[in-house]
Amino acid sequence: MASLTINGRQYELEVPDNMPLLWVIRDVVGMRGTKFGCGIAQCGACTVHIDGVATRSCVTPVSAVTGEVQTIEAMADDSVGKKVQQAWLDVGVAQCGYCQGGQIMNATGLLKNNPEPSTQEIIDAMAGNLCRCGTYNRILAAIERVAGKEVSS
Amino acid sequence: MSRSEDTLLLANVSRRGLLKGMAGASALVLAARWDTGHANEKAQFGAGAMPGGWIDNPNVFIHIDADGVVTFINNRAEMGQGIRTSLAMVAADELGADWHQVRVEQAPANQDKYGNQNTDGSRSMRHWYEPIRRAGAAARLMLEQAAANQWGVPVSEVRTDVHKVVHPATGRDLGFGELAKAARELDVPGRNALVLKSDSELRFIGKESGLVNGELTSAYPKAVDGEDIVTGKAVFGADVDLDGTLYAVIARPPVYGAGITSVDDANALKVPGVKKVIRIDTADQPAAFNPLGGVAVVASNTWAALEGRRALKIEWDRAAAGDNADYTSKAYREALEKAAQSPGKVIRQKGDTEAALEEADKRVSATYYMSHMAQAPMEPPVAVVRVSNGKAEVWAPVQNPRATRDGVAGVLGLDRENVTVHQTLLGGGFGRKSKPDFVSEAARIAKEFEGQPIKLQWSREDDIQHAYFHAVSVDHLEAGLDADGNATSWRHRTLSPSIASLFAPDPRHKGEFELGMGFNTMPFSIPSIRLENPPAPAHVRIGWFRSVYNLPHAWAIQSFAHEMAVAAGKDHRDYVLDLLGPDRQVHNLTVGDGWNYGEDPDLYPIDVGRMRRVIERATEEAGWGRETPKGRGLGLAFHHSFVSYTAIVFDVEVDDAGELTIHRADIAFDCGPQANPERIRAQLEGACVMGIGVALKSEVTFEDGVAQQANFDKYLIPRMPDAPKVVKVHLIDNPDDAMGGVGEPGLPPVAPALCNAIYAATGKRIRRLPVGDQLSG
Repeated sequence: MASLTINGRQYELEVPDNMPLLWVIRDVVGMRGTKFGCGIAQCGACTVHIDGVATRSCVTPVSAVTGEVQTIEAMADDSVGKKVQQAWLDVGVAQCGYCQGGQIMNATGLLKNNPEPSTQEIIDAMAGNLCRCGTYNRILAAIERVAGKEVSS
Repeated sequence: MSRSEDTLLLANVSRRGLLKGMAGASALVLAARWDTGHANEKAQFGAGAMPGGWIDNPNVFIHIDADGVVTFINNRAEMGQGIRTSLAMVAADELGADWHQVRVEQAPANQDKYGNQNTDGSRSMRHWYEPIRRAGAAARLMLEQAAANQWGVPVSEVRTDVHKVVHPATGRDLGFGELAKAARELDVPGRNALVLKSDSELRFIGKESGLVNGELTSAYPKAVDGEDIVTGKAVFGADVDLDGTLYAVIARPPVYGAGITSVDDANALKVPGVKKVIRIDTADQPAAFNPLGGVAVVASNTWAALEGRRALKIEWDRAAAGDNADYTSKAYREALEKAAQSPGKVIRQKGDTEAALEEADKRVSATYYMSHMAQAPMEPPVAVVRVSNGKAEVWAPVQNPRATRDGVAGVLGLDRENVTVHQTLLGGGFGRKSKPDFVSEAARIAKEFEGQPIKLQWSREDDIQHAYFHAVSVDHLEAGLDADGNATSWRHRTLSPSIASLFAPDPRHKGEFELGMGFNTMPFSIPSIRLENPPAPAHVRIGWFRSVYNLPHAWAIQSFAHEMAVAAGKDHRDYVLDLLGPDRQVHNLTVGDGWNYGEDPDLYPIDVGRMRRVIERATEEAGWGRETPKGRGLGLAFHHSFVSYTAIVFDVEVDDAGELTIHRADIAFDCGPQANPERIRAQLEGACVMGIGVALKSEVTFEDGVAQQANFDKYLIPRMPDAPKVVKVHLIDNPDDAMGGVGEPGLPPVAPALCNAIYAATGKRIRRLPVGDQLSG
């Protein structure tokens, strides 16, 4: 039995202790914005926030989750997340879009901790999130836009 | 236009012979490229020659509600190229619709109704721009006619404004919604009655918007799926949510063609949530798009299925795989390099190359290697299938809905008409999702669960180890130079397993569509040219990977041209412009290419002038010829593919420890007319990053038939720190030529341009990809 708070809602779930949070969110709770990409914390598609900290849900056993979980579905109601989403739209970041939820969660986590990151801090922080379409330059531009910098490359 | 550039013509690369060698499934897919008379007897080339051809009936693609909402039915797979936005923009522009009132719906698989839906070959806009413009124009004319009827005036007195029809003489107007019902009841006007909008009347087509080289311009019109993507609402394959779904994964034979000796599923069945374990027969070879076979675990959620699979004890019958079980990359590479020392099947011959090489003042020789790669779209293959009452319903992210439908019908023994395929968004395709093997697997499992949806999920390990791999390749080149360094001869031997090996046993040689990807279409003007293709067997599934065989051909040819310039002691740009010779149009048949990406060579010849222009633009923008500090250099490469032209210059730095920094990429691109420049730029930026992975990082190797990389910890793809610090895309304004492809042509020149830049910075020549740790040695 796991007790979880996801996007402000309480869940009591009959799941094995070792089941990764990713599959609890997707297959048990039925929220599909958090994506499966690798299962070993190498791609970041599964990124959620636990107490505001960007976390790879694919390697986080549900039994280890003590804090409040937020997913991409909650970011429109988050003051930073909303700005990040808007910057993504303004800059036209997404191609296929599959990784972008995780990218936005990771970027939002960064900006919550460090509202004005340097370019190198952004690159370092985003290095764990893969995008096979290769949208990295636009991701960087979007984050710099939220951080109050001019969009220029 | 000269038709006698070379002495060897089309007869030497027999289209008929290739077709004959391929049975069954090959006709399904490859006919799209080769059997150009199949779909439409009149059309030999282009969209009309594709299975299903083109459709321009407005009632198929455009629906208008009484409230004025315009729904565009998109028939092509959306995999990140932005076709749902771009094609809808084309329709909306010609129709006169307000973009805020436009919605996009995805067509199910039905080529009879929607025309060709096979989304590959960089064809979507190239083949559908004109039919969709005509559909938009026809719908507009129907709205105008409906308004004229209502007002009792001649249609010539009315015109369309944004989302309404107006009668200027009386100041009356009627909205699209008000006219929709009456317009729908009218006959569709004939094509000769249509008048397309002039360029000055267009609002979206060809207009820059969004991020242009770092400058934010207008963000209008917005991407149709943008909002859903950033809020997590977009529905990809695995996001399909049906009541009662069961989740499946498959343990596949570790070696291509291996069978099963025994399965012990006792522990798997003890995993909570596991419902059933199913043996699936190993596919006959060649496997085409059929399931590979193995052992499926079906459970109440994905995690339980994965845990169940981990608990299986399977003894594989490696002997059934034949010599695939001995496939080892190092030995294979050595064998190809050895074979490259001997002549092979002659593909193109002009002049006496051997004599010219003998007489040369200087000879240049090099052998280039490119490894296997997996497409690895961020969304691994996944499919949902429900079988009930003799019908099947499919939800899947596929590039080829028709092959998907036929594959499922085949597995279930149903008629095509009893299979419905709903197309979800694709979380990347890159060629992997052109092969619907994963959907057929889901159907095979769903067959045993009447009425219950089965969601088959591939893990990343499945995706990388059981890819349809990009072909490994060896290219051996030799050139003779005269005393002034001018090229007098060029001999190129190319060796790779062919994609035809998916469909026909041991084809050994590259097919016409593979040679036509930059090998026989090599545009240099050199007195003697000999192109050969020695044999190479396949031991794994070989398949399309974005840009396909253009990757090794461009990598070898563009690296070698640089090596020749270095040997001649000349500037690289000046040297290659000289190699290209005077501006001219080379007819494909004169270089032995009867394929030309399915396009008419009279409309789409190899245009040396366009090639020269992208080279000049990229080098000018990059400041070619400027002094660079120690450890820093510029590198150039260019390539013609998918009937478009690309040149790239990289500015790189390599420090003493071998650490590479890519300061800047300047990409010049000519695809003829541009429908949506915003997404063209995005495609080129993305191709640049993906190409950096091809050059620096991505490799799958085999030991005893087993892929040695399984996930992103070992199979490396670019990350944000690998991207160039600056990427500039320079689009050539060229509305006069026929429209070319966009999704793929940006990729082939990336690796050679990067390696040429590395040479300029360090003097170190890279001849084996990926670069990996070669710079730190």
